[in-house]
Amino acid sequence: MYPLPINTNYVERVIEVERPDSIMLGFGGQTALNCGVSLHEQGILQKYGITVLGTPIRGINTTEDRQRFKEAMIKSEVPVLQSFAVNSLQEAFRAAKDIGYPVIIRVAYTLGGRGGGVAHNEYELQEIVQRGLNLSMVHQVLIERYVGHWKQIEYEVMRDYNGNSVIVCNMENVLAMRVHTGDNIVIAPSQTLNNYEYHMLRSAAIRATSYCNIVGECNIQFCLNPTSEQFAAIEINARLSRSSALASKATGYPLAYMAAKIALGYSLPELINKITKATTACFEPSLDYVVLKMPRWDFSKFELVKRKLGSTMKSVGEVMAIGRTFEEVVQKAIRMCDIGKDGLVANANLSSQSTAEDIERIEQALIHPTDEIIFAVVESIKAGLTISRINQLSGIDPWFLLKIKNIIDMEDNILRKSNSFDEQLIRKAKKMGFSDKQLARCLHLEEMQVRNLRQKFNIRPVAKQIDTLAAEWPAKTNYLYLSYGGETDDVKVKDSSKSRITVLGAGPYRIGSSVEFDWGTVNAVWGLKENGIKEISVINCNPETVSTDYDICDRLYFEELTLERVLDICEKERPTGVVTCVGGQTANNLTPKLAKCGINIVGTSSENVDRAEDRAKFGQLLDLLKIKQPAWRKFTSLEEAKEFADTVGYPVLVRPSYVLSGAAMKVVWGEQQLEGFLTDATNISPDHPVVISKFLQDAAEVEVDAVSDSNEVIIGAIIEHIDNAGVHSGDAIMSIPPWRLDRNTIDTITDYSVRIGKALNVKGPFNIQYLVKDEEVLVIEANVRASRSMPFVSKFVGYNIINLAAKAMIGKSLPPTVKDLWLKTTGFGIKVPQFSFMQLEGSDVVLGVEMQSTGEVACFGNSFYDALSKAYMAAGYSLPLSGSALITVGGQKNKEKLLPIISLITSMNYRIMATEHTAEFIKNNNFNDIQLVYKISEPDRKPNIADLLYERKINFIINIPATSTIEKYVGMLYDEYQIRRKAVEMGIPVLTTFEAASSFIKTLQWLRDNTPTIMPLKSYIELE
Amino acid sequence: MVRVQKIPTLKQTYTGYAAKLMLEDGTVFDGIGFGYPSGIAGEVVFNTGMVGYTETLTDPSYRGQILCLTYPLVGNYGVPSYDIKDEYGLPKFFESDRIQIKGLLIHDLSDVASHWSCIKTLDQWLYEEKVPGIYNIDTRELTKKLREHGVMMGAIVVSENAINESLLKKMLASAKYEGLNFMPEVSTKGAQEYGDKGKDCVVVLDTGVKYSIIRNIMRTGYRVVRLPWHATYEQTMSYNPKGVVISNGPGDPKVCTSTIKTASKLINMSTPTLGICLGNQILALAGGANTYKLRFGHRGQNKPCLNLRDNQVYVTSQNHGYGIDPKSLGKTGFKVWFSNADDNTVEGFEHKSKPIIAVQFHPEASPGPYDCMFVFDRFREIIANGMRDKADPAEAAELQSVKKTPKPLKKFVINKKKIGGRKIAEK
Repeated sequence: MYPLPINTNYVERVIEVERPDSIMLGFGGQTALNCGVSLHEQGILQKYGITVLGTPIRGINTTEDRQRFKEAMIKSEVPVLQSFAVNSLQEAFRAAKDIGYPVIIRVAYTLGGRGGGVAHNEYELQEIVQRGLNLSMVHQVLIERYVGHWKQIEYEVMRDYNGNSVIVCNMENVLAMRVHTGDNIVIAPSQTLNNYEYHMLRSAAIRATSYCNIVGECNIQFCLNPTSEQFAAIEINARLSRSSALASKATGYPLAYMAAKIALGYSLPELINKITKATTACFEPSLDYVVLKMPRWDFSKFELVKRKLGSTMKSVGEVMAIGRTFEEVVQKAIRMCDIGKDGLVANANLSSQSTAEDIERIEQALIHPTDEIIFAVVESIKAGLTISRINQLSGIDPWFLLKIKNIIDMEDNILRKSNSFDEQLIRKAKKMGFSDKQLARCLHLEEMQVRNLRQKFNIRPVAKQIDTLAAEWPAKTNYLYLSYGGETDDVKVKDSSKSRITVLGAGPYRIGSSVEFDWGTVNAVWGLKENGIKEISVINCNPETVSTDYDICDRLYFEELTLERVLDICEKERPTGVVTCVGGQTANNLTPKLAKCGINIVGTSSENVDRAEDRAKFGQLLDLLKIKQPAWRKFTSLEEAKEFADTVGYPVLVRPSYVLSGAAMKVVWGEQQLEGFLTDATNISPDHPVVISKFLQDAAEVEVDAVSDSNEVIIGAIIEHIDNAGVHSGDAIMSIPPWRLDRNTIDTITDYSVRIGKALNVKGPFNIQYLVKDEEVLVIEANVRASRSMPFVSKFVGYNIINLAAKAMIGKSLPPTVKDLWLKTTGFGIKVPQFSFMQLEGSDVVLGVEMQSTGEVACFGNSFYDALSKAYMAAGYSLPLSGSALITVGGQKNKEKLLPIISLITSMNYRIMATEHTAEFIKNNNFNDIQLVYKISEPDRKPNIADLLYERKINFIINIPATSTIEKYVGMLYDEYQIRRKAVEMGIPVLTTFEAASSFIKTLQWLRDNTPTIMPLKSYIELE
Repeated sequence: MVRVQKIPTLKQTYTGYAAKLMLEDGTVFDGIGFGYPSGIAGEVVFNTGMVGYTETLTDPSYRGQILCLTYPLVGNYGVPSYDIKDEYGLPKFFESDRIQIKGLLIHDLSDVASHWSCIKTLDQWLYEEKVPGIYNIDTRELTKKLREHGVMMGAIVVSENAINESLLKKMLASAKYEGLNFMPEVSTKGAQEYGDKGKDCVVVLDTGVKYSIIRNIMRTGYRVVRLPWHATYEQTMSYNPKGVVISNGPGDPKVCTSTIKTASKLINMSTPTLGICLGNQILALAGGANTYKLRFGHRGQNKPCLNLRDNQVYVTSQNHGYGIDPKSLGKTGFKVWFSNADDNTVEGFEHKSKPIIAVQFHPEASPGPYDCMFVFDRFREIIANGMRDKADPAEAAELQSVKKTPKPLKKFVINKKKIGGRKIAEK
C-alpha cells in the first residue's frame, strides 16, 4: 500500500518499482479513471507493458468524450438529446442559440457534475461555460437540450469479455431530470415505468454498453418523456460509481466484487451468486421489496452557500431505506438522514394554515428545489395545491406525489382520532412507515407509551431477508431489513450461542462523521470476532459503507439507527450487549437511551460516557484531577452571558443548545456580536442553555487517540494541528508526531490522558482534545468513543486501535507490547482535509470552529515536509515552484505577523501581488517590486484581480481576513470573499491562516531542493 | 417554465373487501380483497418479475392458476387502453383479450395509478373481468411456502361479508388443476389471419398463444395464420406455410394429444417448426421425449439460459410448470440448445438434422427482456437455409466482433493464476 497522491507522476513511479503486468482503473472513481486515461495518453502503460483489465481505454474514452459518446449512441441505435461539444465561449453561444434555451452545460472529464449547470440565458451561459472550460481536463464542455421534467432512469450493467450482459438494477429518480442523480431521491426498482418502457430502456442499455466495449460494471443514465415513450441516453459511467454501491446494497449483488472477477477474465456464468451460493451470477436480481436512497446535505455548515439543487452534486452522504411500501421507505429514509426529523410528517413543529404569500413561496420552492424539497411537497399538498399543479411545477411524477399525500392523509386520520389508540389505524400507520415518535406526537403520548401499547396489541415489525431472487431460492446469508409489510420473520435468532453482540454503525456520511466511523464499525466487528464473540450483528443504513456488506458480520440489519428500531432489533437479536462507541455521534447519542431501556452497553458504561459529555460533570472531574480547561459557563439569559464574556474577555466561543439557522458554534469577538448571535441565530432560555467559554487565540491544538481497559491506558498517538485553535479539528492539517511540542508538554499531555481515561473508567476507545499555550496544557473536551483520527493513527503506528479497543470493550486486558509505539516510529504522517467548496456554490472557504471539510487524505514521509508536500498534492493543491502570489491581509497586527512569510516568498523569487493597503504596508517594510492589483468590486481599475485569476496569472493566494473586525462585515470583507470564491472555482490554492500560509510556503521551499519519497506505508513506520 | 401535458391519475374503487386465501396444506392468509368479490380455486404459483402485470395477467399460460406476484408494489401505472396498438395492429400492452389468471395475490395494491397510457386502475380491470384479488398479505412468506412445498392448490374468497373458512375448505376439496385440458378455453375457435396477404405465411398452432409471438413472427417478415390447437397436419399445411409455430399455453402438455399428433407429422415431414414453452414440450413429446412437472415452476423475467451453440448466457422471461426430461432427449433426434444456468433444466432444443427448434423460455418477452428475440430470426434463417449455420460467414463474424470484447491474451491466463495465488498468500 502506497499512501500517495493519485496522479500520473506518482503512479508511474510506483509502476517503476512494482512492475505490475496489469492495472484496474474502474474501482477508484473518476480520480482513478482520469489518472488511468492520462497514464495511457502519456504512453506510460505502453512503456511498461501494462494491460488494462476491464473496460479498455478506448471504451473509457468513448464514454467520457461527449462527442464520441454521442456518435457511439447513434451507432448503437440509442437516441441522444440534441447537443454540441464546444471548446470556446463563442461556440457555446452559437450552440445554445441552435438548441434554444434553457440548455444544460456538462463538463467533459469531471466528477459529480462538477462545474456544469443549467443556463436560461446568455449571461448564465457565459458564467457556467467559462468555469466549465477551465475545469475540464480537455477544455471542452457540452451544450445540451435541457429536459428537467423528464424522468431520470438509470441501469446498472454487468458485462464480461464474452459479451454476456445483465442488468443488475434499475433506478428511478424521484426529482426527475432536473436534479443530479447524486442529489436526487432515488428509488429501486423504477416505479412508474410499464413493462415496455422498462425493457425498452434495458435493451438500449445493453446495446449501448456493448458498443462501448464495457467489461465489468457500468452505469447508464436515460431520460424518458413522462408523456410518451420518447427517451435518450444521457451518459455512461464506465466504472464503479456511487450508483453502483447503491445498486449493490439494493439488490444484494456485489457489483465491485463481480466486476473485479470479470476484469480478471472470468465470465459471468462462471461466477456464482454470493447469496444463494448455488445459482449463477449471470442473472438479474429480482426484488421483493422497494429501496429508496435519500441524500444527506450539510448546507447549514456553510455561510453564503446556495442551497438550490441542480446539475451539480452537493450532498455529502446518503442513506438507503428498505421496505415493502413506498410510504414506509420514504419515512424510514428521512429518519435515517439524522436531520432531526421523525418522518415525512408529524415532526416537531407542526405547520399552520397557509396564506397567499405562503403559496407563492411554496410554488417557488417547487420550481427551485433545495435540500428541503420533499418537505416543500408536503407543504404544498397541505396548502391545497393540486397534484397536477405540483407535478407541473416540480417535475415529480404524480405517483410519488399521491403516495406522499397518502402519508399526509394518514397523519390527518391519526390526528382526528388522537384521543384513543385505534389498533387497526396504528397497524396501517406502521405499514406506512410512521415511527412511534410521530404517533406519540399525534396521540399526545410519550414514545415509550406508544411502544408499550404497540406491544400489547402485538404490532411488531418482521425481519425480512434480501436474497436477490425474491425468495425463489434459499439465501445463505443474513442480509436483513425490518418492515411492517409481512407476518413472519425470515430468520429466527437461535439461543444456542451465549455471546452475541450488536454493533451500531454510523449512519449517513456527513460533515464530521464519515468513512472513519465505518472503518471503526468494521474493525470493531473483526476485533470482537477475533476475541471470541460468536455472533455479531451490525445495524447501519449507509449504502456507501463496508459495514453494510452482508459478509462482514453474522447478521446485517440495514436499518435506522433510531432508538425505536434498535430496540426492535434487540428484541429479535437478544444480544448480550450493544456497542455504541464506534459509530460516531449518532450511535453514541443512543447510549444513555438504550441503557435506560435495559440494554447492556458494551465497553465504557453509560454513566461514564455521560460524565465526559456533560460539561458540568466533566468540569468537576477535571477539577478533581487538577487539570485545567478554558474558563466556561452555561447560561440561560443574555445578561449573564454578557457579564461572563466581559469578565473572561473576548473573544469567546459560544455553543448554543438550540440552533435556528446557520452554524451551531461561533467565535464571538465583541458584545454587539454576542447579542446578535444569541438573538438572531439561536435562542437563549432556560430550555435552551448556551455554553460560553474563553477562546484562546494563538494556542496550539493537540489531540490524543487512546484506548483503555480501565487499568491500563494505551496512547495511540499525540497529534498536533498545524492550524492554531479556532479551526475545527476536522478541518485542521494534522501531524504525527507533534511537530512543535517539547518533551515536557508531551509528557504532560500523556499524563493527563492516562489519568482522565482511568478516572472515566474507559473500556474502549477515547479521544481528548487539548489546547497548548505558553507551555500550559488545557483540556477542551473528551470523547469516550472512536474518533475521526483513529484510522490515521492506526496506519501510522502499524496496529489497529479499534481492534485493541474491542479487546478492552469485552473486559480483556490490553497487551503492554503496543505501549508508546508511536514515540518509537521514525516517520511523519500528515492528514490534510479535503473541501468541496467548488461544488457548494457560493460557500466561503474561510475555516472556523464549524467543520466544513468533506473528506481527508493522509500521506507519510521521512520528514515533516516530505509528508506534507505529498498530502497537499493528494488533496488537490497545486504546488507552483515559480509564479505569482496574491497577498491580501486584513488588520495591522495580521500584516505584521505575515512579514517573515513575505520575506520567504520574495527570497524564493515569486512575484508578489497585493491590494492597496497590503501593498503599501509591504513596501513600507522595504520590499520592492510589489505589483499593485485592484479589487474585484472595482472592475474598471486595472490590473484587476478578477482578470488575473481568469488568465491564471496568480498561482496561489494568501488571504487572511481581519477576524477581530468581523462586525464590519461589509464591502471589504465581501470583496475578499469574492477573491476566495473565484480562486476556488479556478482551482487556485487559497491560504486563510498564518499557519496554513507558512507551512505551504515552507513546503514549496522544501520542494526546491528535495523530491518526495515513494515507499510503501510499512517503510515509513519502521521502529527506531 | 416548461409546461407538460397532464398525466392521468386514478384512484382505486373496487377494494376494501374481506378476503382469505387457503392453501392445500391448511395455511390461511388474511388480506384485503379487491377486484371482483367471488370465490375461486386453482393452482397457486408465483412470478418474480418486477414489472409487466398487464402482460402477465393476460398470458393464457396462467389459465387455471392463482398468481402471486413477489414484487410488492403492483398497479402503479394502472391499466392502459386496448386501443393502443403496435405497428402490426396488435394490442401493445396485452397478450390476449382477457385476464387469464383465476385470482391475483399481491402485497401492496397501489391505491393510485398514474401513467400517460392509463385509463383504469388494476382493481377496476379485475372487477370488469370478474377476477378476485387479495392484497396486504405476506407474499414473501407465501412464496417461501410454495418454494419449499412445491406448488399447491389454493382457494380464495373475496367478499363484502365475513368469510367462513369451511367454505374455503370445501372449495379446495373439489379443486383440480393437473390433467385439466384448458385448450378449449384459450385456443382460437377458427382460423385467424394477421398481416399482409402478399407475404409468406407461418401457421401458429394456438395452444394459448400470446400476441407477442404473433408480433415477432410478423416482425421477421411473415404473415400469420392462427389455427386452433387441434388443427391437423393437413389443415395446417393447407395454408402452404413456410413454417409452423407451436405456441405457449397452460397446463400439462400431455393433455394436448391432437397437437402432439400434428407435431409428430411436422417432425416426420421435416416442416420448419418452432416450439415455444408449451409448444416446446409438445414438440419434445411428439419427438419421443418425456415431460415432467417441476416442483414450483419457473416464472419470472430473470432466468439465465446458456446457449450451447455459442456459450452465451441470456436473461430470459419464463412461465412454465412443466419441463423436458433431459435423459429422455437422448433417444430422440433432438439435442439440447439451451439449458438453465441455475438448475440445468432443458430450456430449448434443436433437431440434429431437421429444421426444428424449440425453446422453453419466452423469446417474445412481454413481459421481460427482449434479449432472445433472435430465436425468431433463427427460425426465419432455418426456414430459408435449413439447419446450416449463418448463410454468410462474413456477416456472422462481424456480428460476433460487435458482441465480444477481446479478452486479454494467453499471457493473461497465467496472470490470473498468479493473482489468485498472491491473494491466498496474503491471507
